[in-house]
Amino acid sequence: MIPLLFAAFAAVLVASSLLVILHRNPVTSALFLVLAFCSLAALYLLLGAEFVGMVQVIVYAGAIMVLFLFVIMYLNLGHDVEGGVQTTLRRGLGWVVGAVLVAEGAMLLARGMALGPETPQSPPPPGGNTGAIGLLLYSRYLFPFEITSLVLLVAMVGAIVITRGRTTPAGPARAAAPRAAAPRAAPPATPAAGPPGTEPAGAPAEEVHA
Amino acid sequence: MIPLSWLLLLSAVVFAIGVVGVLVRRNALVIFMSVELMLNAANLAFVAFARHLNSLDGQIVVFFVMTVAAAEVAVGLAIIVNLFRLRETVFVDEVNLLKG
Amino acid sequence: MPALLANPDAQFVLWALIKIVVILFGLLGVVSYLTFAERKVAGHIQARTGPNRVGPFGLLQPIADVLKLFFKEEFIPAGANKVVFHIAPMLAVIPALVTFSVVPMGPNFTVTDLNVGLLLFLAMSSLGVYSITLAGWSSNNKYALLGGLRSSAQMISYELAMGLSTVGVLMLAGSLSLVDIVHAQQRYWFIVQQPLAFIIFLITAFAETNRAPFDLPEAEAELVAGFHTEYSSMKWGLFFLGEYANMITISSIAVTLFLGGWNGPWLPEPLKFLWYFAKLAALLFFFMWVRWTFPRLRYDQLMQLGWKVLLPLALLNVMVTAVGLWWAVGR
Repeated sequence: MIPLLFAAFAAVLVASSLLVILHRNPVTSALFLVLAFCSLAALYLLLGAEFVGMVQVIVYAGAIMVLFLFVIMYLNLGHDVEGGVQTTLRRGLGWVVGAVLVAEGAMLLARGMALGPETPQSPPPPGGNTGAIGLLLYSRYLFPFEITSLVLLVAMVGAIVITRGRTTPAGPARAAAPRAAAPRAAPPATPAAGPPGTEPAGAPAEEVHA
Repeated sequence: MIPLSWLLLLSAVVFAIGVVGVLVRRNALVIFMSVELMLNAANLAFVAFARHLNSLDGQIVVFFVMTVAAAEVAVGLAIIVNLFRLRETVFVDEVNLLKG
Repeated sequence: MPALLANPDAQFVLWALIKIVVILFGLLGVVSYLTFAERKVAGHIQARTGPNRVGPFGLLQPIADVLKLFFKEEFIPAGANKVVFHIAPMLAVIPALVTFSVVPMGPNFTVTDLNVGLLLFLAMSSLGVYSITLAGWSSNNKYALLGGLRSSAQMISYELAMGLSTVGVLMLAGSLSLVDIVHAQQRYWFIVQQPLAFIIFLITAFAETNRAPFDLPEAEAELVAGFHTEYSSMKWGLFFLGEYANMITISSIAVTLFLGGWNGPWLPEPLKFLWYFAKLAALLFFFMWVRWTFPRLRYDQLMQLGWKVLLPLALLNVMVTAVGLWWAVGR
């Protein structure tokens, strides 16, 4: 049964990834990406990594893709219109590169390289997958864990600084920018709006309701 | 038990799809989404190895990759929003001021 | 066929399907009667009777409503993205129903005992944001879009405080599995040790389900009807159903995490699920009571509350719980 489930979720993953890059409408691409992430989470569950699977749904499908959707809706993008000989040539080359990569991977795997020695399966650890990850994370990987929190802090501050820009207009260049056509691109958000969020989604959301 | 080669092949295919997306599409947001696909393909490979080598280090790395990807998406999207405000476009072909 | 049934995998799937169908139909029935209960409670709070014409004491009202919705004409706005317009209401109901698979309603009465059950609840509440955002966007209507974006910003802001408020319970129980959490409350309920977390969880529950006083996204007086302006007939019915299903799900989780789940005195083991339903009913009544008591929060007040008050309080709760646990146990 597990190979059957694996085949089903793998098929959904590959199909939705293909549709992500093939669809003309960015919103549809984003929705297919959400589907891809959810099927990937199901694959993680099959591989016994349930904590990682749930975090995948919470972080990737539930937060990062919401952020993507916010930005796509905020920018009010329509269908992508691309055409011409140069585009077709470039596209052809792109697909060739992709095909080459897959062929390489298949060839290496068929010859058994990159697989490493076979190890027997160990029983699930006491306290479950989550407990074991917690033990590792707070002992051997404590330093990277703390550095990651710094990375998130920097990203938070950076995202807000980048979208907020300067509090005073920088001069004629700013005034000449096509602001009339984009009434929603308001200057710094209202002071009553929330403070820097602990979620990356804080910045675009702040802009949207400004 | 899912054979490791199947998982790695799946990871390679998804990674290749991501690469094709970056090379073929001109919409900055779709390119960004393809980069996320590539990151997830790498995550899948990590988890597959964590399972087959009976070590949880792979899952820890996935945890860090996810966190860094979240941070990257936040800053990247802020940059794209700013780019849109300046140039009224998200197509990377049209952002060519430095072109010689 | 008999050979297929003898396969343990097939048996597992069949048994799971039976449990799912039973709980699903039960849940859908409860959801429709919850709408009736809401109207009755609202009526009595407002010094009137509520629906009492259709059937004895108005009990057939939900059936009449469903029949009416089925026969109504369905409009799809001209510029709407048809596919997304169609799936948005479905996305409203699915996460709420999926969460029910991990809620323990009685000593052996769970569809599945996932050992990351709490994370599944958080994951499904994260996915619940999509339906509103997509509904607002696909309607090709600026009021709907505004309502949708406001609502999703509200939901993701309060998701954080909700997740953090459950961490205290998680530390006390030592497990993410909801069944283990209920078992850990056999002596006394976690609300005794985590009162602040319970209050924060309830407030964020109101915000997550877009119920008053946080229902600005569907504010009838202000945004026409918010994100479901363009929805008619059964699609709107699905949104409505989704909102109540969400309410039931979040109340179930609150009962499981803070109010002891199915634990209670005097009843024998097989009947313990009655305690669960009693607590659930009390909490649902509280939801409805609050809706007709408090005025609506303005959007900036709402965001301030979420980020500046609830999030720091939830963090404080986590720290205090950690220090308390270290003092009591780990020293």
